[in-house]
Amino acid sequence: MFDDFFIRALFVGIGMALVTGPLGCFVVWRRLSFFGDTLAHSALLGITIAYTMEINIALSVFIVSSLVALMLLKLEKTTNLPTDALLGLLAHSSLAVGLVVIGLIATIRFDLMGLLFGDILAVNVNDIIIVWFGGALILLVLKLIYKPLFASTVNYELAEAEGMKPEKVKAIFTLLLAAIIAISIKMVGLLLITGMLILPAAIARNISSNPKGMVIYSVIAGLMSVLIGLFSSLEINTPSGPSIITAGLILFVLSLIKIKRSSQLKS
Amino acid sequence: MESSDNLLVKMEKAGVFINNKWLVKDVSLEIEKGKIITLIGPNGSGKTTTAKMALGLYKNISGKVEKFTKKIAYVPQKISIDWTLPIRVFDFMNLTSDLQDQEINEALEITGAKHLLNNDLKSLSGGEFQRVLMARAVAKKPDLLVLDEPVQGVDFTGEIELYELIKKISETLKCGILLISHNLHVVMSKTDHVVCLNGHVCCSGTPISVANNKKYQELFGEDVSKILSIYEHKHDHKHGVDGSVEEN
Repeated sequence: MFDDFFIRALFVGIGMALVTGPLGCFVVWRRLSFFGDTLAHSALLGITIAYTMEINIALSVFIVSSLVALMLLKLEKTTNLPTDALLGLLAHSSLAVGLVVIGLIATIRFDLMGLLFGDILAVNVNDIIIVWFGGALILLVLKLIYKPLFASTVNYELAEAEGMKPEKVKAIFTLLLAAIIAISIKMVGLLLITGMLILPAAIARNISSNPKGMVIYSVIAGLMSVLIGLFSSLEINTPSGPSIITAGLILFVLSLIKIKRSSQLKS
Repeated sequence: MESSDNLLVKMEKAGVFINNKWLVKDVSLEIEKGKIITLIGPNGSGKTTTAKMALGLYKNISGKVEKFTKKIAYVPQKISIDWTLPIRVFDFMNLTSDLQDQEINEALEITGAKHLLNNDLKSLSGGEFQRVLMARAVAKKPDLLVLDEPVQGVDFTGEIELYELIKKISETLKCGILLISHNLHVVMSKTDHVVCLNGHVCCSGTPISVANNKKYQELFGEDVSKILSIYEHKHDHKHGVDGSVEEN
């Protein structure tokens, strides 16, 4: 069944959309889109390390992204710089260091475009297993921390006062973000991961009135982006990763119609 | 000692020192089941800080704060909710607990906000939101209820209703209530113990003893204190008609 490259790509894309949908909602709610971007940039460094040390890419990316995330939490506490400045600093410097390392190890030839935009059509059965098992694990953990994470997203102090552990769930959520980036980097590439996290959630926000509804719509929007993007890339021979994101963008524009309608109804 | 069973929070010389400044210091107080403690004081006198210390929201405090319960409900003074979140009153009611629909409805009913159940949180007015916040706290059936200016944005009649409600909550749930209020006169008659803050505990005791305290009168000016005593008097009469609430 997994013989055909296109079927493999579909399986990986669907697995990814199932995970980025719910995670993306929290990224949007907690205003973490730039944070996701920073983690994605740092993934390049993870990949080069994986190549030089010959270890698993997903593992290496996960470790580097987690370290960058922890570094951010630490810097937030010890410096007076605003978070967005720190994020910019970490994003660009880890990307730069990654590129410098690539330059140093001249023996390895990198497909830089592949790293930036991914190649979902080149996935193998191993990738499918990583995405589905890793994804299931991420969703399971997210389900376990959903209540305190959501409560502290709505109001940090309220959640803490009433016995939840906002700091702990924040750290766990950060690791989940690092994990989804680690397992999906090969498919959509580091420039498009934040797109997969944000677009479906943004589409869902336009058409939903409650948090659970938004999570469900976000998954549906992600699945539709993957299906439309992949099939059209096959039909009209466009790069598949960017096609998925473009499909998401088109869905987003369509979802604006609903907003326009409901605001007309109000007035 | 039989009172130790009822003790919910014990603060001893507690204080918060941040950015080379004491937000509040040397606060000692006890919150007991079934009792209402009211914190009063001018702006910046450390009322909210004291409440947050009682809730355990500060990591580094001087002195000692002991909490003897985990069933806590909190109505914060200002709640800024990020509107990227689509959230209805119903979802908000279940924020930190899993309530039955019936519990949610009952709680919204007693704060007069039942009709808002399916409304978007964003669409509520200040007063409506305050009632929903109260309902959420009540629905949790806490041992300790911390209310930071729970009546702001509520109109005057609604305000009195809400204070009646707070009294009722403390009686039915037998919970301890830590109440912060800017509206001294309405609060007074419903309170067991008043702590007047001004960076430290300026004076404390029963409502009447605080109202008659020199330090309190200096802090708020004589006029305010006079108004206060008049209201206090009025409320005494009301209670004579109501029953013997004050007598317990």
